[in-house]
Amino acid sequence: MITKTVENISRALEGIKSGMTLMLGGFGLCGIPENLIKVLANSTYSEFTCISANVGVDDYGLGLLFKEKKVKTMISSYVGENSEFERQMLSNEIEVILTPMGTLAEKCRAAQMGIPAFYTPAGFGTEIAEGKEIRTFQSKKYILEEAYQADFALIKAWKGDHAGNLIFRGTAKNFNSIMTGAAKTTVVEVEKLVPVGMLDPNEIHTPGIFVDRIFQGESFEKRIENLTNSSPQ
Amino acid sequence: MSLNKNGIAKRIAQELQNGFYVNLGIGIPTLVANYVTPELEVEFQSENGVLGMGPFPLAGEEDADLINAGKQTITTLPGASFFDSATSFGMIRGKHVDLTVLGAMEVDQTGAIANWKIPGKLVKGMGGAMDLVASADNIIVAMMHTDRHGNSKLKTKCSLPLTGVDCVKRIVTNLAVIDIIEDGFLLKERAPNVEIHQIVKATEGVLIIPENVKEMELN
Repeated sequence: MITKTVENISRALEGIKSGMTLMLGGFGLCGIPENLIKVLANSTYSEFTCISANVGVDDYGLGLLFKEKKVKTMISSYVGENSEFERQMLSNEIEVILTPMGTLAEKCRAAQMGIPAFYTPAGFGTEIAEGKEIRTFQSKKYILEEAYQADFALIKAWKGDHAGNLIFRGTAKNFNSIMTGAAKTTVVEVEKLVPVGMLDPNEIHTPGIFVDRIFQGESFEKRIENLTNSSPQ
Repeated sequence: MSLNKNGIAKRIAQELQNGFYVNLGIGIPTLVANYVTPELEVEFQSENGVLGMGPFPLAGEEDADLINAGKQTITTLPGASFFDSATSFGMIRGKHVDLTVLGAMEVDQTGAIANWKIPGKLVKGMGGAMDLVASADNIIVAMMHTDRHGNSKLKTKCSLPLTGVDCVKRIVTNLAVIDIIEDGFLLKERAPNVEIHQIVKATEGVLIIPENVKEMELN
């Protein structure tokens, strides 16, 4: 067995520098690496390029990075629900690159899987296609999109073992499993870190080979962004 | 009288067929799930990574790890599955999802759709809309026929930045069911007690009116 465990969160983030490109897992506030984000927000590093589905809310999740002005460029598919982010976007303090969600996901997956680029129909005929190579396959037009190149992937999983094998829970899998191994260094915080042998190999979602460092997250607030209930009949 | 949002959703629910996997967008499309008859075997997909969504949870039963693409808390039904967002869009691009219902700001008579950006206004992003419209064969747009100022949303040519081209086949509005064919908008059905001249007045693009236009059956 190859051990991926690091004893604490500062070891997990060793090597991070200002100006690096970071992938951050999660969709909305679901499955975000909240412990890693907190430490980054309180660090001396800044000028990050961040790749993530969304931008969190003002006082939680990715929002903490904007609050502390850590982000230079944001690559995302939907950037609503965060007023400080909006302020920085409108005052041109940050650059924002909007990308269709499926393309964003595939650019992560391609990086993970060693595929430099791929063709997708998403965005053909729109401003997203401007300046990109267009090709026709079976009379339908596609855009060439390139895989991301990132320095760190910051991931949240439900369970993991010391070998870095991961299991996600519910829709918290989202971008987490496809960003794992998609950057030069992949760091994973888990709700439950267990000894090897405790996870059934049949049930591993992401094998430890994609993981460089894993640690037990200290606390998980797991805030709900849009609580919606049914009324009892 | 024109339909309200629930009426539009009710009419769209009639388009669901046995065995369909369906992706419902935010807004009116979400309401469609409320009008699906229990004997119909359909599964709802949400692009963040779930198939087999059920109703919203009862108070106290919500789970932070269970949300839809609108970030709302959800439940799952027996037979549900979770997957990553790349797999989810693989289902969409690979045409495994049978029907996509989404809202729009504008649709034009060539089948182009605009629903993500208004120049000069705050842009929040396209989310999964561009992937959905570029991939699905079966797209229904659910929207009001006109905007708040009374301007037609069924255009000769979209004026807003596009989400996709040559993709919308059917539109269900508060006034009508309209198909997009080579020559323009084809009027298929009118809402109960809505006169054809009202639909003509509310449509900017070319509207083709067949001899008999039936009234929507909503009960």
